[in-house]
Amino acid sequence: MAGFREARGDLQLESVTKSFGDFVAVDGIDLVVPRGSFFALLGPSGCGKTTTLRMVAGLEQPSAGRVKIGDTDLTGSRPYERPVNTVFQSYALFPHLTIRDNVAFGPKRRKDADAAQRASEALELVQMTQFAGRKPAQLSGGQQQRVALARALVNHPEVLLLDEPLGALDLKLRREMQVELKRIQTEVGLTFIHVTHDQEEAMTMADTVAVMNRGRIEQLGPPAELYDLPRTRFVANFLGQANTGVGTIEGIDGDHLVADVLGTKVRILQDRSQVHEGQVLFGVRPEKVTVSRKQPDGVGNDVKGVVRDVSFLGVATSYLVDMPSGTTWSCYEQNLDVEPLDLRPGDEVWLTWNPGHAFGVPADPA
Amino acid sequence: MSSLAPVSQVAGDPAVHPTPPAPETQKRSWTAYLLLLPGVLWLGVFFILPLVQLASVSLQSRYPGFPGYYYRDLNFENYVAALTDYAPHFARSFLYAGMATLLAFVIAYPLAYAMAFKAGRWRNLMMICVIAPFFTSFILRTFAWSQILADEGWVVGVLSFFNLLPGGSIINTPIAVVAGLTYNFLPFMVLPIYASLERADPRVIEAGGDLYANGFTTFRTVTLPMSMPGVLAGTLLTFIPAAGDFVNMELLGPQRGKMVGNVINDQFLAIPGGYPVAAALSFTLMAAILAMVFLYVRRFGTEELV
Repeated sequence: MAGFREARGDLQLESVTKSFGDFVAVDGIDLVVPRGSFFALLGPSGCGKTTTLRMVAGLEQPSAGRVKIGDTDLTGSRPYERPVNTVFQSYALFPHLTIRDNVAFGPKRRKDADAAQRASEALELVQMTQFAGRKPAQLSGGQQQRVALARALVNHPEVLLLDEPLGALDLKLRREMQVELKRIQTEVGLTFIHVTHDQEEAMTMADTVAVMNRGRIEQLGPPAELYDLPRTRFVANFLGQANTGVGTIEGIDGDHLVADVLGTKVRILQDRSQVHEGQVLFGVRPEKVTVSRKQPDGVGNDVKGVVRDVSFLGVATSYLVDMPSGTTWSCYEQNLDVEPLDLRPGDEVWLTWNPGHAFGVPADPA
Repeated sequence: MSSLAPVSQVAGDPAVHPTPPAPETQKRSWTAYLLLLPGVLWLGVFFILPLVQLASVSLQSRYPGFPGYYYRDLNFENYVAALTDYAPHFARSFLYAGMATLLAFVIAYPLAYAMAFKAGRWRNLMMICVIAPFFTSFILRTFAWSQILADEGWVVGVLSFFNLLPGGSIINTPIAVVAGLTYNFLPFMVLPIYASLERADPRVIEAGGDLYANGFTTFRTVTLPMSMPGVLAGTLLTFIPAAGDFVNMELLGPQRGKMVGNVINDQFLAIPGGYPVAAALSFTLMAAILAMVFLYVRRFGTEELV
């Protein structure tokens, strides 16, 4: 059982389950993360994403299932035996060591004769060279974050785990670090697994996003795909905003399903709906919806509503519109026109969208 | 000059304070002194004055033929006597206190570690057990040890049975004294170490494992250094009072080969005219401890951590 394990290849989780007493934190996850990709585990707090990460790190052992890198089974091995390093949420820098010694810690443990050299290269990579002699307490949060990253990267792990690494930074710094992290990942070419509850962060940084909820992966794919075509109600609502309504499928019209959402007939492309009969949750993203004062000519894919709230955002104006079905939809007007619509709360408006943008997911809340 | 505003004469160096301090700041600084007053008074009356008095007594001379009567003097003979006649007592005090500190550390560290990381729901109970002895008098507890370690007691019985006690006795030996000192000051070692371990971020300790350090290496390179402020405080809180202690020697120790605390006690209370020597001994002890603490903190001090 003892000894460091070299391993190369994709990270694989096979039916990994973790329970704490009666509580199942992670419920039979199957996952393959291709080598060298930037992978995000996205979900609300308590969804099991951090527990999943800790099982990859070896800080928790799965109750069932296997954790592998390439052909090497890492299940049951200790954290220090794995070619995996973690950037902790609170950075977890060693308070009694200088920045240089913090970064050199890993290489020294592995008896690397060039530990000091490797450490200064890593500090160079995160642009922290001038702080090498300081103690962690003398650095700001953003600087500590960079050191934590260098301390993990210096070991050239096969998989780098990032546990909400930007969570404690302010918005501006977070944006900067997002770009920085992406740059570093491209530069070093390691597998990054980034745990976050920030959907924007996951979408901007990752090649592949896995949305987790209640210990399971709801959907996995490239960010654009997840956003464009969510497959569950949870993903539709968690990833960006969605205008939704529960309806009943009434029939088929060519490529489209026709559903009745509380009196309004809507159309969904057959291959963009996860259900083809019975109850369906119809949805369309706010930016795909067009607002106008008059009923537009065309296919009749439109609904009349009443403006409830108007917010001017600069590049766009955002409207909240009360729908006849009783729900409230959100939509935008790009501020392109010389004469804007100039809608006021209480005005009647028509909302239309291209049926190709609509999606259908199971209506049950699971 | 960076500022064109009229330079204040109140705030001292105008280059450092180009703007005059607001009246509010001045008022606040008065409040600070006012708040300090009770503490300063207390220290003055109960620490500085007695210390001056002690220093003055330590330099007094006796009236020949009138034991118990002194006159004000600058008699350094008292210090010479303290250092020559009682050097072995000082040595024993520091040796026994040092041994007790080491033993207390060896017992306290695992205990504090278990309380901080392993105890779970038993943590509070363990804490109560560490503190509980304080509810009984120090003297009574030390008396209890004289019973536990007595020749008829079970400790001696068991050890003798296995032929582990060549002398046949523990009570009235230095071993009993060191045992008593260790016992009496153990909580002062446990609590600061526990506090520093408990404050340590468990993620930092996990980070040691994540960075290829096994359990022992993580302890050696991460956990132990992080708890050094507690170890430092604990050793000082044990060593300083143990070095000046006389009760354990009085109740558990041998008739001959006393510690410096006992000599001071005897000089003050039992020997007529012993006051100046007792005062000189006290001062020497204080100076010696201060010097040792200074060197120790210089060597192991970790103020950057706190």
